[in-house]
Amino acid sequence: MKSPLFLEVQRVTKRFGGLLANENIDFTVKEGEIVSIIGPNGAGKTTLFNCITGFYHPSSGKVFFRGSDISRRRADAICKMGIARTFQIVQVISDMTVLENVVTAALLRYTKVARATEKAEEVLAFTGLLEKEEALGIDLTIADKKRLEVSMALATQPTLLMLDESMAGLTRVELRGMIDLIKKIRSKGMTLVIVEHVMEAVMEISDRVIVLNSGKKIMEGVPQEVVQNKEVIQAYLGEKYSAVS
Amino acid sequence: MGKFGLKQILLAIIVLILLISFPWVFRKPFPQHVMILVFMFGMMAVAWNIMGGYAGMFSFGQVAFFGIGAYTSSFLLITYQVNPWVGLIIGGLIAALVGLAIGYPCSNLRGHYFAIASIAFGEIVRTLFTNWKLIGAAEGLTLPMLDESFKNFIFHSSKLPYYYIMLVFLLLSLLVCYFVATSKMGYYFRAIKESHDVAKVLGINVVWYRLIAIMISAFLTAMAGTFYAQYILYLDPDSVLILPISVQIVLISMLGGAGSILGPVIGAVILMPVSEVTRVMLGHKGTGIDMMIYGALITVISVYQPKGVWGLLTGIAKRLK
Repeated sequence: MKSPLFLEVQRVTKRFGGLLANENIDFTVKEGEIVSIIGPNGAGKTTLFNCITGFYHPSSGKVFFRGSDISRRRADAICKMGIARTFQIVQVISDMTVLENVVTAALLRYTKVARATEKAEEVLAFTGLLEKEEALGIDLTIADKKRLEVSMALATQPTLLMLDESMAGLTRVELRGMIDLIKKIRSKGMTLVIVEHVMEAVMEISDRVIVLNSGKKIMEGVPQEVVQNKEVIQAYLGEKYSAVS
Repeated sequence: MGKFGLKQILLAIIVLILLISFPWVFRKPFPQHVMILVFMFGMMAVAWNIMGGYAGMFSFGQVAFFGIGAYTSSFLLITYQVNPWVGLIIGGLIAALVGLAIGYPCSNLRGHYFAIASIAFGEIVRTLFTNWKLIGAAEGLTLPMLDESFKNFIFHSSKLPYYYIMLVFLLLSLLVCYFVATSKMGYYFRAIKESHDVAKVLGINVVWYRLIAIMISAFLTAMAGTFYAQYILYLDPDSVLILPISVQIVLISMLGGAGSILGPVIGAVILMPVSEVTRVMLGHKGTGIDMMIYGALITVISVYQPKGVWGLLTGIAKRLK
């Protein structure tokens, strides 16, 4: 018997009134892959993310996760099934400490706070935030907030991790740290879908790249293929291929 | 939320001994009455805090739960001779159910939108009760003078039993709040308070957990309502269903420190005596002076210490360490 695809997005369309934010988008993700979604601002990347994670429901089309249709499910139910995500505008609980933030996330799988705390400590050691566990969410730098958000996502114990611009606005050193963290997460067998603008990171970590423009998928392929594609270069007109270097 | 040290336990025991011996030192009815109000509003502020301080639902409609508690037990006692202790539980359950029915359609309302909806809720209940013939309408209900006993929840010769019953109620509500704050629920409430999106992304069923917070809060507030009815033995919409009671509950919690376990009680300890003493001493000169002092206190606190008196105290404690 053929095992179902890990993540399958089928002809997903999302309409906001007269605006077509996503139009007939198809793609699949295999277990263990890192797939990046790129495209100029307003291409519909975050909308697509929201359609997959239940923050929006697609106007038409379906999303399958490990064989079951999740396109009508609530965001919290999808998280419970094993899809965790971060936000473009970083979201942490500002009046909680780093540890409490991660404990809250870990509580998805445990009833007892003590058990969730053990798990949270473990995650923080993995993501390198353990020495800041007493700091309040509100007092963190952007880089640490993004790292905390990833830690929280990991603490829900997902099998698919979706990162929405986790590398935007970081310094070179911080960027290196984040790329290394993503590689480390992947080496544990995690499947990742990431939306990213920082091409340096996309080129380095992606197995496949999907390019969106004006709500449509215009190209899909390995990173090298994608950056040489005429249509992609046109879509990014004016923007240099490497935003960082 | 660390474990308690020896110091905290000792302090708690001393405070408890002081509270237990208070009515033996202050034997006049007035100080005892003030303390009963401190406990009662303290309990309602603790209940508000579970909803407002932890789960971020700024309710200005708590008086509806208070009134439902008071009316349910009194109506059942007068009409069906139901024991007030049973009425207390039924009142709590009805308040929780009403909270559920009102909370569900409001489950996406945040911040000031929720606050406005809760004011409307309180006013709807007041209007309904003012016109509801079965429960006395505007004339209210007078409770029967049963024999004095714990079983009857009625005492004529002294305020002492009321004092201790209300103290136990307050401690009970603190226990509930402690349990909530240190359990999974407390973490989830705080995530929901931060943002619904962040809660959803952590797999939290926002609607469900908000309803739980409302129901716990409603039940405890209704308990205070039944107590009030048994204590005063008379109730009408103008005494148990008016907006100023809701406002007072919010102010007490905010002044003491919302989002902490003991903050709301500290708020009640500070504000209720101020309110009662100014009302007695200055009330005859025209109402409002007590509310002015109130307002001044709130303004000072919110400008200089938004985390309330509790935030002030913990800040000082941290600096002394």
